[in-house]
Amino acid sequence: MSGILSSSIAKKVAMALSALFLIIFLLIHLSVNLVSIFSEDAFNTASHFMGINPLIQFGMQPILIFGVVFHFVMGFVLELKNKKAVGVSSYAKNNGAANSSWMSRNMAISGFAILAFIVLHFIDFWIPEINHKYIAVLPEDPTRYFHELQHKFVNPLRVGAYVIAFVLLALHLLHGFQSAFQSMGMNNKYTKYVKRCGKAYAIVIPLGFIFIALFHYITQLS
Amino acid sequence: MNLTLKIWRQKGPQDKGAMVEYKVNDISEHMSFLEMMDVLNEQLVNSGDEPVAFDHDCREGICGMCSLYINGEAHGPDRGITTCQLHMRMFNDGDTIYIEPWRAAAFPVIKDLVVDRMAFERIQQAGGFVSVNTSGNTQDANALPISKHAADEAMDAAACIGCGACVASCKNSSAMLFVGAKVSQYALLPQGKVEAADRVMNMVHQMDLEGFGNCTNTGACEIECPKGIKLTNIARMNREFLKASIKG
Repeated sequence: MSGILSSSIAKKVAMALSALFLIIFLLIHLSVNLVSIFSEDAFNTASHFMGINPLIQFGMQPILIFGVVFHFVMGFVLELKNKKAVGVSSYAKNNGAANSSWMSRNMAISGFAILAFIVLHFIDFWIPEINHKYIAVLPEDPTRYFHELQHKFVNPLRVGAYVIAFVLLALHLLHGFQSAFQSMGMNNKYTKYVKRCGKAYAIVIPLGFIFIALFHYITQLS
Repeated sequence: MNLTLKIWRQKGPQDKGAMVEYKVNDISEHMSFLEMMDVLNEQLVNSGDEPVAFDHDCREGICGMCSLYINGEAHGPDRGITTCQLHMRMFNDGDTIYIEPWRAAAFPVIKDLVVDRMAFERIQQAGGFVSVNTSGNTQDANALPISKHAADEAMDAAACIGCGACVASCKNSSAMLFVGAKVSQYALLPQGKVEAADRVMNMVHQMDLEGFGNCTNTGACEIECPKGIKLTNIARMNREFLKASIKG
């Protein structure tokens, strides 16, 4: 069994499964964030529910962190293996654009950029949250979440970083979505629908996050 | 037409190698690329230089021997052809053409443009066959009903000539299109289903041992394949592998 798990195909499938998990998570994340556009109270209620619910805090959250870390570590391991397979000599002239998309050839670059963004995102939201609840043990305020969110989108540099990160996420997803299905062995008459769905997802989801960041930035101007 | 050629020259496996520039004149647009290489080699021999070593055999796009990474693409800028089928009309007078060997750790250079593709042979030997009794009492193939769709797909997969363009084109030097085609051509047919699980496990294991990279689904292999082998074959290999892994 260990031989099977260490095989190249098993690694591809593991990469694909973690990608699909993160794709589902992004959809949920966007849905909750969109609430902040429509109602401060509803956003606070949703955030407070997630913040105190033990199933989410001690069940879903560790699984999510594991999923993110696993996807990056596995991607890094595969990238190193692939570099080794290419060898030390490289082509004097290589016309990659003739046969493949930029996104597909540069998943590692977009992936690392997204990782850098996640670190920033953790510093912005997750670490202060952990500090609030478990380190400083501050009194719980169910109305604090919306203002904390708004506060992060005052600085135009941070908003710019978020926008760039989501453009890179879009590029990553444009290849990654349908690639995950191919890796799991799904390439059949439904593939054209998977590709269309992947393109729509890769554009709509990052655009949604960009919209939220810009919305909170613009509404706080003046 | 008159051309400038930048060709990878390497005396042997241990040699460092380098790109060397040559000029060839009066090349007919009707020549094949290999005929142009013949002209160059004749020129080199006549001037007392070492001719450029390159693989070739049938020169009609069937054997899979010719290789060459031409101007940044496996088998050159045309589609659905091997290098021997590439015509000089694809180039213009005064062009500079880069000619390099397949690049992959699993395909070490033997000399100049010739690489060792025995890794593919070893993958084939690991399972790319059907164990049949060939003692003279084999049954008529038509005795087994096979759907037209399965037969067509198996035939398309079997068109792979094992040239290695997929590996050369892949940014990860992955051999999954080749192995996927070999796994598929048998997995689709009733004669191949009996050993399907062992075949895919053994061939994938050997592929990993040879040091090929991992497919990231860029699709470059499918575009550059001279025989039009589809990515669906890689997906089928992945399915066959998962099926065999679960069954144990």
